[in-house]
Amino acid sequence: MTDNALRIPTMADMLAAGETPDVLFWVGCAGSFDDRARKITKAFVRILHAAKVKFAVLGTEETCTGDPARRAGNEFLFQMQALQNVAVLNGYGVKRIVTACPHCFNTLKNEYPALGGNYEVLHHTQFINALLKEGRITVEGGDFKGKRITFHDPCYLGRGNGEYEAPREVLLKLDAALVELKRSRAHGLCCGAGGAQMFKEAEPGTREVNHERAEEALAAAPDVIAAGCPFCNTMLTDGVKQFNKEGAVKVLDVAELIASTTDL
Amino acid sequence: MSIGQIVFVVLLAGAGAWFGRQVMRIRRNILLGRDEDRTDRPAERWAVMARVALGQSKMVVRPVAGFLHILIYAGFVIINIEVLEIVIDGVFGTHRVFAFLGGLYDLLIGAFEVLALGVLVACIAFIARRALLRLPRFHKPEMKGWPSKDAMIILVTEILLMSAFLTMNAADLTLQQLGAEHYVVAGAFPISAPIASLFHFSTLAPSTLILVERFCWWFHIVGILAFLNYLVVSKHLHILLAFPNTWYSKLEPRTQVSNMPRITAEVRSMLDPAVPPPAPAAPRIVAGVEMPERFGAKDVFDLSWKNLLDAYTCTECGRCTSECPANLTGKLLSPRKIMMDTRDRVEEVGRAIDAKGTWQDDGKSLHDRISDEELWACTTCNACTEACPVNIDPVDIIMQMRRYKVMEESSTRAALTGMFNNVENNGAPWAFGPDKRMDWTRT
Repeated sequence: MTDNALRIPTMADMLAAGETPDVLFWVGCAGSFDDRARKITKAFVRILHAAKVKFAVLGTEETCTGDPARRAGNEFLFQMQALQNVAVLNGYGVKRIVTACPHCFNTLKNEYPALGGNYEVLHHTQFINALLKEGRITVEGGDFKGKRITFHDPCYLGRGNGEYEAPREVLLKLDAALVELKRSRAHGLCCGAGGAQMFKEAEPGTREVNHERAEEALAAAPDVIAAGCPFCNTMLTDGVKQFNKEGAVKVLDVAELIASTTDL
Repeated sequence: MSIGQIVFVVLLAGAGAWFGRQVMRIRRNILLGRDEDRTDRPAERWAVMARVALGQSKMVVRPVAGFLHILIYAGFVIINIEVLEIVIDGVFGTHRVFAFLGGLYDLLIGAFEVLALGVLVACIAFIARRALLRLPRFHKPEMKGWPSKDAMIILVTEILLMSAFLTMNAADLTLQQLGAEHYVVAGAFPISAPIASLFHFSTLAPSTLILVERFCWWFHIVGILAFLNYLVVSKHLHILLAFPNTWYSKLEPRTQVSNMPRITAEVRSMLDPAVPPPAPAAPRIVAGVEMPERFGAKDVFDLSWKNLLDAYTCTECGRCTSECPANLTGKLLSPRKIMMDTRDRVEEVGRAIDAKGTWQDDGKSLHDRISDEELWACTTCNACTEACPVNIDPVDIIMQMRRYKVMEESSTRAALTGMFNNVENNGAPWAFGPDKRMDWTRT
């Protein structure tokens, strides 16, 4: 470990110390391995630390929820992953989980109960919103005051699970101008990554879904495109680059916006 | 009993019997699908049906089409009260048997006329939208030929039926004013009165007026009986199936994929030697033959009956396709086509069963109609299920067909095979092992 390493307790550490965390932070594969998504993970951890949330991660015991395997039709592989995860989670007596990935969120929340895994599962935007409402963190307008921010609804958070408000409520705390995309909320356009598309080439077509979405987002003339999903983030970042706007328009996760504003 | 009455009763009984037979045929076809329980949470189901089907809540998301559709829908539902009177008159040889209702009758007839005009206007607007505005979703490849013709037949028939209804009333009103025998003075005619004066009905001979009135009366009711039997071979069946289909809606979150308990049992047994492998599933006999148990859907037999009910409910409006990110970016996938292909295949299977008495494998399957390219283009974003005004779920069919491809045929996109291997070996969709899970804390 280097000096600037983050000290993140694992469930195993907690158990050894005879402690129980209030919430398990499910980092997810993107949040663990993808360079861009790691920044989101660290931003969220800074928020958790600032709010003095007693949390832990599974660390090396965490493994893919099985979401991409299930969406790609490999139910056996999904169930292998899911049943092992449920055994680990139940073994630690986990009650509450927070994750920055809407795909993990959907699988843990909706698909694990049928396999014996029953947890209260929160998306990080819901968790951050609650921290703000409880006054456990405060936002000082900061860099984003008066800036135009638009939010891209992740399908698995919005249409999938009906959560449209939490990320917007958090963003409104930035004193920014929240501009809605032409297709938003229940009619939000997919970034193109869902259903295991992230892990394959797109089928033949006339254009890429993320270019279509990025074009629409850029039409709203935002300073920041806010995302709530590591895959949307990747797709939109690539889409913005396609239009050579990466200098003018940032694609940032809701957690990154809050973490940078609160100067954590 | 007059000849008219006899002809009427024969037509009514014949149309009713034929319709009943067709309904049973469709019911049989839907039940070719596998069993699935959709009867939990009944209170919630009634509420969904009331809101989505009865209340048209998802139609009005697009306000112009939604409003026009409500005109036709209200006309259809309410004018059918008038059909009850027509049927009684036809059977018993009476004329305007409900006339005794007096003021209420005036109100009803007046309301029917206003609604009939509403239906006429809406149908003309819908034809214009298809033919003149050429909305892209009405001109996708799957709409070529019969589907477009079907839509036009429905709209033109409705225009003819409403025209006959109003013309009948115009002639009837004039006959009432002339004091013609049998033409009891009853009803209010806010729309047909101006029609009668516009076409100078009062200058026509009573015998001509009676001919017009009788012709329109017969045209209207025979048209309705014919239309009833057209429904069962047309996409227009949605007017009936929208109600059960919304009642049986998926109540779970949209992105929740259904579990496969059989695989859970197998995997549990693989992970824990103490758990015995699941017993083979009980044989399932469909149309006289035993259906093999499959992982995922090869053909309509492997889909659930709800998927097949969805297919028969689809009215091909294409709102799903017009919001599908894959279709919007030029991919082959069209959620509407998934539904149409499923319906066409189950119809094909049904016809074969009717011809032979039992099902004999025809060497074809749903995968002959729906290609891999379509299946692998879906992002499971559920824009289609959100857009569907009657809660049809194309994603569920796509998921089951993907499962068949992967688990029974080991066929998938090469990159997905790589992803599967990574998940299996590393517990992540990328080639990073579990030992790297905490590296993010150090970089």
